[in-house]
Amino acid sequence: MEFLGLDLPSYGWETVLGSAISGVFLGSIYALVALGLTLIYGVLHIINFAHGALLMLAMYAVFFLWKFLGLDPYLAMIIVVPGAYVFGYGLQRGIIGKASHGRDEIILLVTLGVSIVIENAALFFFSASERSVLVPYDLDGIDLGVTYAVYPELIALGGSLLITFALWLFMSLTDTGKAIRAVAKERQGARLVGINVDHIFAVTFGIGTACVAAAASLLVPTYAVHPQIGYLFVLIAFTVVVLGGMGSFIGALVGGFLIGVTEQLGRLYLGESMGVITISVIFILVLLFRPTGLFGQRSG
Amino acid sequence: MTTRERILGWAFILCALALAPLFITSNRWIDFLELTLFIAVLGQGWNVLGGYGGQYSFGHAVFFGTGAYIQALLQYKLGWSPWLTLWFAISGTAAVAAMIGYLSFRYGLRGSYFALITLAFAEAFHVVSRSWSSFTEGGQGVQLTLNQDPALALATFQFSFGGPFMKAYGFYYTIFAILLISYAATWWMEHSRFGAQLVAVRENEDAAEALGVNAFAVKMRAICLSAAITASGGVYYVQKFLFIEPGIAYGTAKSVEALFAPIIGGLGTVLGPLIGSFFIHGVGEVAKEAIHGIFGDRPGVDLILFGIILVLILAFAPRGLVGLLERVWIRLKARRDA
Amino acid sequence: MLDVRTMSKSFGGLKAVSEASLTVSEGSIVSLIGPNGAGKTTLFALISGFLKPDSGAVTFNGAAITGQRPHQICHKGLVRTFQVVQPFAGLTVRENIAVGAHTRVAGRAAALAAAGEIAQLVGMGAQLDQSAGDLTIAGRKRLELARALATGPKLLLLDEVMAGLNATEIADLVAVVRKIRDSGVTIFLIEHVMQAVMSLSDYTYVLNHGAMIAEGQPSQVTKDPNVIEAYLGHGAAKRLLAMEATADA
Repeated sequence: MEFLGLDLPSYGWETVLGSAISGVFLGSIYALVALGLTLIYGVLHIINFAHGALLMLAMYAVFFLWKFLGLDPYLAMIIVVPGAYVFGYGLQRGIIGKASHGRDEIILLVTLGVSIVIENAALFFFSASERSVLVPYDLDGIDLGVTYAVYPELIALGGSLLITFALWLFMSLTDTGKAIRAVAKERQGARLVGINVDHIFAVTFGIGTACVAAAASLLVPTYAVHPQIGYLFVLIAFTVVVLGGMGSFIGALVGGFLIGVTEQLGRLYLGESMGVITISVIFILVLLFRPTGLFGQRSG
Repeated sequence: MTTRERILGWAFILCALALAPLFITSNRWIDFLELTLFIAVLGQGWNVLGGYGGQYSFGHAVFFGTGAYIQALLQYKLGWSPWLTLWFAISGTAAVAAMIGYLSFRYGLRGSYFALITLAFAEAFHVVSRSWSSFTEGGQGVQLTLNQDPALALATFQFSFGGPFMKAYGFYYTIFAILLISYAATWWMEHSRFGAQLVAVRENEDAAEALGVNAFAVKMRAICLSAAITASGGVYYVQKFLFIEPGIAYGTAKSVEALFAPIIGGLGTVLGPLIGSFFIHGVGEVAKEAIHGIFGDRPGVDLILFGIILVLILAFAPRGLVGLLERVWIRLKARRDA
Repeated sequence: MLDVRTMSKSFGGLKAVSEASLTVSEGSIVSLIGPNGAGKTTLFALISGFLKPDSGAVTFNGAAITGQRPHQICHKGLVRTFQVVQPFAGLTVRENIAVGAHTRVAGRAAALAAAGEIAQLVGMGAQLDQSAGDLTIAGRKRLELARALATGPKLLLLDEVMAGLNATEIADLVAVVRKIRDSGVTIFLIEHVMQAVMSLSDYTYVLNHGAMIAEGQPSQVTKDPNVIEAYLGHGAAKRLLAMEATADA
């Protein structure tokens, strides 16, 4: 069929729907990764370039827990998520916050530096070879008619939605959550009412890292782990956050699903390699024409 | 530092670089110097936009890769002389920069957003160069024919089969010449009205606008100059290695190396990228030696160190090594004068 | 020289500037006063091109400049300073002023020299090689003024240039502003420091809640009941008159 002058293959609606559905599953993971990123941006007003590296690190953690302890990747969340929170907290409090002197351009570079160190440390210690986790149920699933949804995909979707909901509850109902929202809205004001802003920054970073760790758990059954995998996801996560709107939870969810579906449809019509470019194109277009995204607020 | 001191300093450095290869016999160290100067050129390209202009690009490989690809493809597909294609490589890349700059600056992208969009463009170019095989030869890359006739060495801009001097030093002096030209251009820019306006835009764009500086035009010129310098590095690369492929051209490695040197060396200074490049490559060599002894050959070690150095410099010496050296110099002079 | 006609600007639901009109004649010093949040800086931003008005027009020296970019307006001879000072912190005082000078002068050496002269004019000669980031608030205000002056403006928009200064500093700056006017530059200033307003202005406009509520000679305007109420609240004018009456009695 003809589209924008390109000669695209024709597919029956079942194939397209099936592709879209797998896009939804994929999108739920993107949403979860993006959630951490958008939270960090909303509160610290920085784009965390180390996000992908943290995802990769968490995936390795899940892998090694499976390899040496036989721990099921989903159960590994119990260990990896709190661990990631602590790691993220320490990273922000000890390194990123200290090195940046509070200046935005410097924070950008510091997170880049951190990501380079983490990625190459992984390369050095774990080597570039891919590691895969094999779970007994990764080929079983449910037949949806237009497509076959394997259990890992279903768990990923369910898990992402659950975690997003839990995070939303946390932000709305707990004191810490309210403090985080206060700092996000008005940093100086929050300081004046006695909120320890440095602590809140670190908590937020920790939660963002924890989200990424949860996403890692959900990803490992399906994706092979290697040092570059963080980089692959980070660009997608940025696109989701920018599309959905910096700082918006809903935006991360909607954006995640949109990107997931677009990527799968892009793969369907443009082939594997060119399909990936749809993401870059969307990214650029959103940055140019609607940098606040679908649900974001205008920042100062 | 007085002007006289500066001139002497520069003369010393440039003479040292010009004469160094004549005193070095080992190929390994010539290669080391070439690599260092190569990164110093890429770094200066980044520095023009990032150090002087304050616009941090995280996808500078897009300029390196485009320059390299134009240089390679025009020779490969049309058989043009490399001395002709290099003009197209540089101006073509500047045109790409103008497009990226127009899109980014017209829509007011700054800070993190600008870094992101440059990253996105580099990725996009990466994917396209890999997929559009009919035009770019896709994943297998472009391989240029090796010239083995010594008489044609200069004409084909390939020195591997030239006379003994050319074979040993041809590419060294090529990158040295590129360094000279690009650094001179940067120095000229720094001392011109354009440079003053660019720095003003970096410090405070609104205040600069209020004072009559057309921030958009200034940033456009900066990104084009930056791209041209970076592209010249791509030209050198293609002539030396006679091969380019999407990963080398548009991969993150070049983007990252391009920003390490100026940040560590000293943002917004002419000397910064050169010193930064020497520092990180020197440290890299030492590290590789040390690690080799313990762990054997493993990739990633030097980048770990570079990343750590980057964070340390940002934390403790934001003006980079040049800033540190200046402070030391001032203290030495004070002691001497006391 | 400057003619602003029924300028309006809203942000969301808030009308920041509402049908404001004013004129500044060449060679005069005109002031714009009003309580905090009245919209004075917004009006400056609209005139100097940093904001686009929703409606209204600005004419400068006969030419329409509504909606033009700040740097274009600067080249026409209208320059503004900022209420929250915006120095180029990483540069020296001389380099800061030179950026302004470059509007007229292309050569680096010439611009730096011109910067030196301007610095002497505003009394910053001793600080030329200091980093702008190291200046006190008074120094930064002066630098802001010097930078704007270096562009060779015909009309200078000064936004609260006296804020944060002590009495001596204010007196010094008032003298400098007068000197600048005497050298041929028209001045339009936003000010809270009444001492400066009274001693400098030939004419005053009063803005409240985005609208012009009074204009005239400074001595008359400050007695206008509407103006008093704008600053001191509803009924304040009556109370003041009553107090004066009992004091006289």
